[in-house]
Amino acid sequence: MHMADALVTPAVAGTMYVCSAAAAAYSIRKVRLDTDTRKVPVMGIMGAFVFAAQMINFTIPGTGSSGHLCGGMLLSALLGPCAGFLTMIGVLLIQCLLFADGGLLALGCNVWNMAFYGCFIGTLLIWKPIMKNGMTRAKIILASILGCVLTLQLGAFSVTLETMASGITELPFAAFAATMQPIHLAIGFVEGLITAAVLVFVHEARPELLYGASGEEQKKNRLSFRKTLALLAAAAALTGGCLSLAASSLPDGLEWSIERITGSPELESAGGIYQTAGSIQEFTSLLPDYAFKGSDSALGTAFSGIAGCLIVVAVCVGACCLFKFFRKKRSA
Amino acid sequence: MSKIGNAIHEIHYIDTLATRDQWVNSIHPLVKFVLTVGYIMTVVSFPKYDVPGLAGMIVYPLAVFLLSELSFWDSLKRLRLVLPLVCLVGILNPFFDRQAVTVAGIRMSAGVLSMLTLIMKGVFSVLASYLLIATTSVEKLCYAFRLLHIPRAMVTQFMLTYRYITVLLAEVNRITQAYALRAPDQKGIHFRVWGSLAGQLLLRSMDRAEDVYESMLLRGYRGDYGYMRERIAFRRQDAAYLAFWAGIFVLFRCFPVILLIGDLAGKIAA
Repeated sequence: MHMADALVTPAVAGTMYVCSAAAAAYSIRKVRLDTDTRKVPVMGIMGAFVFAAQMINFTIPGTGSSGHLCGGMLLSALLGPCAGFLTMIGVLLIQCLLFADGGLLALGCNVWNMAFYGCFIGTLLIWKPIMKNGMTRAKIILASILGCVLTLQLGAFSVTLETMASGITELPFAAFAATMQPIHLAIGFVEGLITAAVLVFVHEARPELLYGASGEEQKKNRLSFRKTLALLAAAAALTGGCLSLAASSLPDGLEWSIERITGSPELESAGGIYQTAGSIQEFTSLLPDYAFKGSDSALGTAFSGIAGCLIVVAVCVGACCLFKFFRKKRSA
Repeated sequence: MSKIGNAIHEIHYIDTLATRDQWVNSIHPLVKFVLTVGYIMTVVSFPKYDVPGLAGMIVYPLAVFLLSELSFWDSLKRLRLVLPLVCLVGILNPFFDRQAVTVAGIRMSAGVLSMLTLIMKGVFSVLASYLLIATTSVEKLCYAFRLLHIPRAMVTQFMLTYRYITVLLAEVNRITQAYALRAPDQKGIHFRVWGSLAGQLLLRSMDRAEDVYESMLLRGYRGDYGYMRERIAFRRQDAAYLAFWAGIFVLFRCFPVILLIGDLAGKIAA
């Protein structure tokens, strides 16, 4: 589910960076890392554990395929939502930089899609309410499966929204969502089972390690249900609001749907909001009328494109060779 | 080599590349980080039908590959994760976007063009990230993150995760090899031991984290971690490097440089 840079525009990527940074800032304040120095090494090594454990192939019975561990849910069940979220950011950054799994620009999107939902939604809306009256083996299994399925569904839906808002694919929204959601339903279920198996083992061996096992930890990081919903509503409003501004170029999928309903690819729009959005779009587009004009013939311009490209590459290679030659001469 | 063995090898290899004595490696890490993010932003901001404009953006990875003497073929391996996803998203564009557009004087299917630009954007952005990590060590990158005021705890946690990945990967490798020897002809881990296998590793990692913390305390750790022994000076050549590439990005993004040069070459030839 890691998004590549090519799938997002700077506006969508920037919006998601802001959302993820806000969640990270909140987490840092909550976890009090500056005063509790013990947490940082634990988070660091747990991040490495998740990374390494995701390399293990767990065979799915009755099928020829295998599944992996769900990092966000597992980390939050052990470290709590805030520390788990911060640890996941580190894991995602390493995956992006070292293994090209997810892009640097799309990191904000990936953090939101995988870490935010996995850690905050999975823990605060599923893990904590289920474990409220004590932790049992059945509750751990239920919370893990429900948490993984729900958070992966939300993550997959966000991937669809972010890609559509970026105007990258011509695939209609409904078709894209219909492809993404069922696949991630199956993945979420398998990841939930694997995560449950690990957490049940920890519960039997060292139950004190699990988040919410002692009342003290729960009190320290308490975030009420109402506050959680308010936070989510604010995040949804921010995401929706900002993405709607960024979504100026999108809507081949929507146009397709509108055309099926109204018979015309566009709806007539009038009024203040439309004009404001239009002026913002005009202002933010670098070259609104960017086109390749002034060519005498089609073939001539095509030649220009190819020749220009070759010349730029030749100049670039030549300049680099010259630069290296003079540097070597100077150092000798 | 196994998947885990490959991952360990890749991390060590990138570590080796980043510590080489090359001119690009000596550029200030913050400059390289800012340029990489700027480059990716520029690349993904190109309109979806602008193939010639986007083609010009090859100059940055091309120049850095040449200056840093890195193997281009090694970097292509990194595309194995990105390309399938990008192609999956882009492959349907030719079917859904059938309108014809004129690019460089030729009428072409808009869907094919948008698929092409999508693939180019994916390849260029992966190459740029690779060039950053292959010419900048993680310690230097952490130093740059601190200059950008990313919280100390997050940066330290990132570095510790990075440092311990190879240790834990080696442990996972040993565990899975031992399992494979005891359960030959079995693909992956049987569901009966899912919990105990990964759970044992988890408990050992938790204990290891405690040991690491105590060792760090003995070495004087009080929440602050020195990423670099000494401050990295910002030199004139760093500023010049930043200004040069920033100028190139703006130039290629705002003007159809490729077509202008091609036109000029055509006129000279005529």
